[in-house]
Amino acid sequence: MTRTRRRGTVAAAVATSLALLLAGCSSAEDSGSGGDASPEALDAALEKGGTITYWSWTPSGKEQAAAFEKAYPKVKVEFVNVGTGEEHYTAVQNAIKAGRGGPDVAQIEYRALPQFALQGSLVDLTGYGLEDLKDDYTTSTWESVHVGDGLYGLPQDSGPMAMFYNKEVFTTYGIEVPKTWDEYVAAAQKLHTADPTKYIASDAGDPGFTTSLIWQAGGRPFRTEGERDVTIDLQDEGTKKWTAVWNKLVEGKLVTNITGWTDEWYRALGDGTIATVTAGAWMPGILMESVQAASGKWAVAPIPTYDGKPTTAEHGGSTESVLKQSDNPDLAAAFVRWLNNDQASIDVFLESGGFPATTADLESSKFREFSSPYFGGQKINEVLTTAATQVSSGWEYLPYQLYAETIFYDTAGQSYVNNSDINAGLRTWQDALVQYGNQQGFTVNGG
Amino acid sequence: MASTPTTGRPRGSRRRLDRRGWIFVAPFLVVFALTFLAPIGYAVQLSLFQEQAFFGGTTFVGVDNYVELFADSRFWSGFLRVMVFLAVQVPIMLALALVAALAIDSARLHAAGFFRIVIFLPYAVPAVVATLMWGYMYGTNFGLAADLNDLFGTAIRPLSLNWALASIGNIVTWEFVGYNMIIFYSALRVVSNELYEAAAIDGAGAFRTIVSIKLPALRGAIVIATIFSIIGSFQLFNEPNILRGLIPTVLTTDYTPNMYAFYLSFGGQQYNYAATVAIVMGVITAVIAYVVQLRGARKGM
Amino acid sequence: MHRMPGKSRVLTAVASLYLVYTLLPLVWLLINATKSQAALFATPGLWFGGPFSLFANIGETFTYDNGIFLRWLGNTLLYVVLGAGGATLLATAAGYGLAKYRFSGRRAVFAVILGAIAIPGTALAVPTFLMFSAMGLTNTPWAVIIPSLVSPFGLYLIWVYATDAVPDELVESARIDGAGEIRIFFSVALRLLVPGIVTVALFAVVSTWNNYFLPLVMINDPGWYPLTVGLNQWSGQGRGAGAEPIYHLVITGSLLTIIPLIAAFLLLQRFWQSGLSAGSVKQ
Repeated sequence: MTRTRRRGTVAAAVATSLALLLAGCSSAEDSGSGGDASPEALDAALEKGGTITYWSWTPSGKEQAAAFEKAYPKVKVEFVNVGTGEEHYTAVQNAIKAGRGGPDVAQIEYRALPQFALQGSLVDLTGYGLEDLKDDYTTSTWESVHVGDGLYGLPQDSGPMAMFYNKEVFTTYGIEVPKTWDEYVAAAQKLHTADPTKYIASDAGDPGFTTSLIWQAGGRPFRTEGERDVTIDLQDEGTKKWTAVWNKLVEGKLVTNITGWTDEWYRALGDGTIATVTAGAWMPGILMESVQAASGKWAVAPIPTYDGKPTTAEHGGSTESVLKQSDNPDLAAAFVRWLNNDQASIDVFLESGGFPATTADLESSKFREFSSPYFGGQKINEVLTTAATQVSSGWEYLPYQLYAETIFYDTAGQSYVNNSDINAGLRTWQDALVQYGNQQGFTVNGG
Repeated sequence: MASTPTTGRPRGSRRRLDRRGWIFVAPFLVVFALTFLAPIGYAVQLSLFQEQAFFGGTTFVGVDNYVELFADSRFWSGFLRVMVFLAVQVPIMLALALVAALAIDSARLHAAGFFRIVIFLPYAVPAVVATLMWGYMYGTNFGLAADLNDLFGTAIRPLSLNWALASIGNIVTWEFVGYNMIIFYSALRVVSNELYEAAAIDGAGAFRTIVSIKLPALRGAIVIATIFSIIGSFQLFNEPNILRGLIPTVLTTDYTPNMYAFYLSFGGQQYNYAATVAIVMGVITAVIAYVVQLRGARKGM
Repeated sequence: MHRMPGKSRVLTAVASLYLVYTLLPLVWLLINATKSQAALFATPGLWFGGPFSLFANIGETFTYDNGIFLRWLGNTLLYVVLGAGGATLLATAAGYGLAKYRFSGRRAVFAVILGAIAIPGTALAVPTFLMFSAMGLTNTPWAVIIPSLVSPFGLYLIWVYATDAVPDELVESARIDGAGEIRIFFSVALRLLVPGIVTVALFAVVSTWNNYFLPLVMINDPGWYPLTVGLNQWSGQGRGAGAEPIYHLVITGSLLTIIPLIAAFLLLQRFWQSGLSAGSVKQ
């Protein structure tokens, strides 16, 4: 055999054996030690000390970690920001797949929690007695940190939806603040007719927004029983209630299609092109930071409803969870308990503009009485804390919600490109989700 | 190329000498094996299995993934898209680069050195930054596109469904004309001056000089630039993916085959199917690249 | 005696149009780097507006988050020096080997390399990631450096260049003088290959400086990010609930990221220019 041929064979052999080696390694066991879960274990872990890694993109995260280290000098917290949203989840997912390299504590939004919990990647915190903290939080956020029978985190913040509107635009065009969605559509018509360069809202297709509005309308499209039984019905009664209204806006071209969080979007909010934003209670922070051109011109009102009876949904919000591959789950759980339940930590969080999930803070008069200069002196927190108590219950996210939201744009989002019937888009989305779920080993009933 | 010396030396020792070439090639090949061959081998292996993302459990499925891929309209529409992109963008970009290189080499341009640097500049800009800048330009409410539309009375929306591919093509062209221009210019610099003098004596004008001397000298460079551009077009990912933040419903997750593979992996954890996409795309790209290389080589490289 | 045609104003004018096209986005970048965060969304994009904040922005870019931008800059330099430097070395050696030694299988070598490059990098990312993870290399600089050591274009360039630039006779006579192959490479060939090496180095530097996708996948710890990935993270910071947008830093950071490359090009250009024009008289 000539040298060249032999070299080729050697290379092939190396590649093959490497590949085989990795096949064995690819679904590596999570390298974690199971702690003896009990409430005392948390305090014991804090006493013992150690080092934990905390991944989060919360603006106040680093400060909170530092405050924790001050309170518990024996513990070192390595705070790392590995990206916002999808990038963060990709990093976490990669670490889970590789079986190593992940943090002890990771920020997980409520929408993503079922995915990671049902995968079996998170530690159930029930054993640490954290169920006793139920009354510290709002009902809806407490629901959000439960998946099936397990408790997987403590609520960090909440995002009850309200309607933020440009008061100056409303006054200029003589538009009344809508209380029902029908009034909202009428306002949209009135505004756009009076000034074709202005729109009541912008919606280029956003899965978080869509699911929250379906929630508010009473829709419950996603249901999971046990580990594998999933039902998806994106045409249930509540969903259809929402599409009936929203189609009028989309098909009627009464909403513009500027994608959120872009340069154009911020400018449009600033100059009145977009007159309302219906979003979670964290929106004021965004406006204050990035839309300074409209300072003093915005106000907040309760979200419009279908029948005039107040009800809303959550939009965004996160918890922190402990990864099973953590080497020190007790200490990690203790950190989570401090992070989202200790007043010292929550104060730091609130200072950076977060909206609380804790009833104590929501009910505090100082919080409610806050008069916002950006909102023309309005006591915005009164509206928002009231909204926090009006979130309708029983909402569930899919065990593969992150995937669902990634492909939302390819399917349901297409209705927004063509200004066509949203129902058709939702049905396409549903089909894709059913197919994916079944392929991945779930038993999915497609409504 | 060197000719075999016709001394009395036996051929065996020449061959032994030539084999020493492996010393120089080996370091490159070792790293190459690690960073390309091994992952490719692993990707082939992945494509023959099916793993469930959430419940584990890997099953051998043989060519099922490939069968599924051949019937996958989302993959083929993305593939068609990069073919169209290739057929339009690559010639435009290479033509611009060629003209620029010829112009700079012609000694008839004022401040040629300045032009050379500036045209190369965009290549030095990372795709993240380039897309950020052009993304702003394309804004139809507040961007440059808005101003141009007002000026010319047009209603072009660069980020709309009909224009998105062209807009991406523009960014890629802007980024890489300079790179290709340098390749062509380097080839031109090696042309011996005697050739030019002989041509001048024969009375050849500028155009004739270009056609008879410069273009033939550029043949090899054009071939290799074409091959790398083809490979780059088939692998189109950075620009559409970064631009996707602005228009996620237009630039869908299957917009290009590479994006499809990316979102299959990192969005849906469908690593096996993603590997299948990669292998199929790789084979197709390689075949086309070889064809181009062969045709180019036949004309005497 | 031939007459030299004069410089053409028409050609220059036409070329200048292209120049405008090339520079426009960069001008946008420069202008907007002078704006504060508030002014960014409130002033027209292609002209100045708001208080002049360039130096404030630069200062903030370097000090934000405990000066992580400087760390990213350092990382990028590390990756470039080791990655591009290594790539140039490997490509030069391999190109020389392919050019001067007619061993069987050398065309196959290049064909295999071209073939492997044809496979989309993004889908190789997962297998590469898993491989590197099993070897404990993820989240380390090696995960970025090792993949960037392979430059197929560099290989090709040196191969073609060495064929002509290093005469066989020179190599032969060195052999007759008793020099070993490696000695010949370093003392004879390298000197002749300089312009080619500089070109390869230039391209390798740019490509490692702008390396984005693989570091994004391989590295979780922002302490090891290169500038491109870091900028991407800053850019994403402005989205969604609980966001803390820093667009002015993204823009200023982008500007600062491009400048070293431009400087490097201007520097390398002198070597490259003198090397290539040796032997041809043109301006």
